Amino acid sequence: MSRNNAAWAAALSPQSAQRNSAVSELRELLLRNLRKALSSYPRADEAFLEDAVQDSLVRILGRLDQFEGRSRFLTWATTIAIRIAMTELRRKRWQDVSLDEVVASPSSQQHAAGPDEQVERNAIIEKMREVIATQLTEKQRTVLTAEMKGMAQVEIARHLGSNRNAVYKLNHDARKKLKQGLEAAGYDADSIQAVFAR
Amino acid sequence: MSLSNEKLKDLLWLVGLTNENELNCEQCLALVAEFAECELAGKSISDGLKAVEQHLSVCSECREEYEALQRVLDGIEGDTSKK
Ligand SMILES: [Zn+2]
Repeated sequence: MSRNNAAWAAALSPQSAQRNSAVSELRELLLRNLRKALSSYPRADEAFLEDAVQDSLVRILGRLDQFEGRSRFLTWATTIAIRIAMTELRRKRWQDVSLDEVVASPSSQQHAAGPDEQVERNAIIEKMREVIATQLTEKQRTVLTAEMKGMAQVEIARHLGSNRNAVYKLNHDARKKLKQGLEAAGYDADSIQAVFAR
Repeated sequence: MSLSNEKLKDLLWLVGLTNENELNCEQCLALVAEFAECELAGKSISDGLKAVEQHLSVCSECREEYEALQRVLDGIEGDTSKK
């Protein structure tokens, strides 16, 4: 039950005589790791985990050449299994929700700040509203709003006919524009930090 | 646009952490195993891996996956040496 990286690579290669047993062993290890990783997610039941491990094995075996040996093989394989399982959980959680509704729905107000904090924060927050309204593209605004409301990137991407990397780029570009817009209005990194320092 | 002041404050925090160049989620995935093992071993983080740390600070989904990985890392036994 204990293989090092070179042994995994050799055992999982298509030419290996031990390939079937190595794949079974990897399946068991990934199942055990996913159980632990997702123990606090009620929707990740045993059937869900087994499906996720099966999808993960396909992905991992198809990407063996991308493993560079910079970590333990099993850690690397586990990151892929977690990505696949979590993406599926998020997809299921958000699949019946419309992107337009998420973007348009009001988000709840929870925390009430003290008067001083409120005055300064309001100024910077109003500036943010202005930059978002006037300097972001429609898509950047949509992605940023939906993500801040917790919608899964995979579902935002599906609604936009896009993918997670493209959604990330839209979000990143939106944050950069906000940073530039705030800097131009005199809010540098220090004054942003000051908002949180109280 | 319908973000509350509270959400905008959360966003402001992320704007403060935003870098000109960032890894995307796929690039983060390729490096996060190495990052997690370094963290666990208490090793210093190389410049290449600092980009992972920065991505995790601004991407809630990758951070959620990283936290899940941390829950299992102590228990990995099937594969104990690197070479
Ligand atoms: Zn990410």
